[in-house]
Amino acid sequence: MTKMIPDMAGRDLVWAIKNPELLGNIPLKHWDGLLRVAKRANLIGRLSKNVKQQKFFDELPEPVRNQLYSAGVLTSHQRAAIDWETRHIARALEPIGVPIILLKGAAYVLANRTAADGRLFGDVDILVPRAQLNSVEAALMVHGWASGQVDSYDERYYRQWMHEIPPMTHCERGTVIDVHHNILPSTSRTVPNVELLHESSQPIPGTIFRVLCPVDMIIHSAVHLFHESELQNGLRDLFDLDSLIKEFSGQGASFWQDLVDRSILLGQVLPLYLALRYTKAILASETPEQINVLLERETRLGQLELAVLDTVYLHALMPDRPDGNDISTLLARFAVFLRGHYLRMPLGLLSMHLIRKFFLRLFRNTSRSI
Amino acid sequence: MSSSRHQVGDLSLAALEDILGEGRFALQTGNLISRIKSSFSDVARSIHVLYANHPYLIDPDFADFHVEVGQPQNLRRWFKRQAEFLIDGERPFEPLPRDQAPAFLEWGLNWAIAASCHQWLTIHAASLERNGFAVILPAPPGSGKSTLCAALALRGWRLLSDELTLIDPELISAHALARPINLKNASIDLIQEFEPNTVWGPEVYDTAKGRVTHLCPPAESVARMQEPAQPRWIVFPRYESGAKPLLTPRGKAQTFIHFAQNSFNYSPLGRTGFDIAGQLVGQCACYDFAYSKLSDALEVFDWLSSTPPHIER
Repeated sequence: MTKMIPDMAGRDLVWAIKNPELLGNIPLKHWDGLLRVAKRANLIGRLSKNVKQQKFFDELPEPVRNQLYSAGVLTSHQRAAIDWETRHIARALEPIGVPIILLKGAAYVLANRTAADGRLFGDVDILVPRAQLNSVEAALMVHGWASGQVDSYDERYYRQWMHEIPPMTHCERGTVIDVHHNILPSTSRTVPNVELLHESSQPIPGTIFRVLCPVDMIIHSAVHLFHESELQNGLRDLFDLDSLIKEFSGQGASFWQDLVDRSILLGQVLPLYLALRYTKAILASETPEQINVLLERETRLGQLELAVLDTVYLHALMPDRPDGNDISTLLARFAVFLRGHYLRMPLGLLSMHLIRKFFLRLFRNTSRSI
Repeated sequence: MSSSRHQVGDLSLAALEDILGEGRFALQTGNLISRIKSSFSDVARSIHVLYANHPYLIDPDFADFHVEVGQPQNLRRWFKRQAEFLIDGERPFEPLPRDQAPAFLEWGLNWAIAASCHQWLTIHAASLERNGFAVILPAPPGSGKSTLCAALALRGWRLLSDELTLIDPELISAHALARPINLKNASIDLIQEFEPNTVWGPEVYDTAKGRVTHLCPPAESVARMQEPAQPRWIVFPRYESGAKPLLTPRGKAQTFIHFAQNSFNYSPLGRTGFDIAGQLVGQCACYDFAYSKLSDALEVFDWLSSTPPHIER
């Protein structure tokens, strides 16, 4: 299994997270490299949680203990911060009576999924019916959230083409909320029927929020990862996916078949197939072989296409190296960047969008602040 | 931790430039090891001067931070040149003008410590030790805290830190870093007049901050940088032109709230932060201090350090 991981640092990080009990005697120099990669990959929280559970934790060298302890402080704090933030969001949106589905990190925390453990969170993501997007946006504005300085191009990008409105930042707390009306942009090639997601969503007891049902949560995680154009958190997202699958697969005999059927219904077979393929290749996750065969047949991928996807993703999902990525990772990330954009919008729109993006990047960094 | 106790001043500038350029140089401040990479000669010169008395390591097995001060990858590499600060290859800040590279290293390290080290409560304050006990000087910018800190450090007080007061959660002791003291504008002239026999880093002009430079910490402070000290006094300094020195007691609750609002990691530490701040305030005598002359201030602090600390609980 680990032979498929092309990168030493990546292999080492995955091994460390999955086998924390073996970290008791590794040399200090090994810790130096491991902690740096874990920080870049946003996986130090997960590593920290696993190592802190080991009996040898107190005997680890002090600087190592300090870093792991500090990472734990941050993840607990952020978890509490998400909880706090969702209360504010609930206060703002409860009066309008819209069904609100929490997505990603916030969903993992409030629904108490194991994927939340050791994770560092950024924005809160919610999914609301498109028809009520305006009332949601208005209610948030009344309670202190505001869209940042987006120019008219970005406005159009979001409102016309994307599946979300521009991110809104709270004027006092500085927290960010992303309001989605679908899990994929309207300009994508395969737009899922979001009504189905709402129908199967489940309430979180004691809150006004809902979460996607288990198979939808997995499919969404897979869709998100394999439509992404930036993969700095790719390995982290893969670990999340793996946690979700492990947590739900034990909950019913029909789980796997339900997962496959649902992915076909939502038109997202390829992302699910890739998710299972790469969690198996990189994280050695157990997936029933007949499920893989079934999905592979559904995707109708040719051997050549599969080989290209493998080369790209096995490299692109590797963590960033603190001292600079090697050429294969850079090329793979670039390929993913293009693929992510290609999947999001038709070719004509895409070329204009990318030209503009590169032009702007040449001249950024003209302001300064600390 | 490798136990090489060579000091940066033992290296020739050329040798330092070499290992700094290769990213093999690491500086020890307190118990923290920072691996630094830079091919900028002004950064090398600044380190050579400001950290002359600090221990260094070459290619240590472990470093708490891996930072770099270098050139941006975009067009700003060549025109209106800039410097950028990287930690583990990431850029937490926008670049600064090229001539501020040495100062950028200092500010970047401050941020790295404040943002990553949660084994301590990190308060935005200066701290110094005398006769075994420490005084903490919290203060908003412009209150003269740095000038006072520099003066005390040059007159027999051991410098623990000028910006980051690190409080241990178990013993409520203050840990030392003994790093260069950041001074601005008129403070620079004041301290140069106060003590002509001092060593300074390069001075730069920043449009927002004005004149900025760093003062080399006294050798004694650096030699004892691994010794923590028990805080016994918290003094809020306030420079007032023409003021007679006046030390007035300050409410503990008010001081506690100040710490809660002016610590870098009070919130992330949660309950632990609350407990540390509470115990710290409990074991210290808290004062406000107005002054206009450094000589007056030194007298008052001398008096403070000679009285047995009255501990209220």
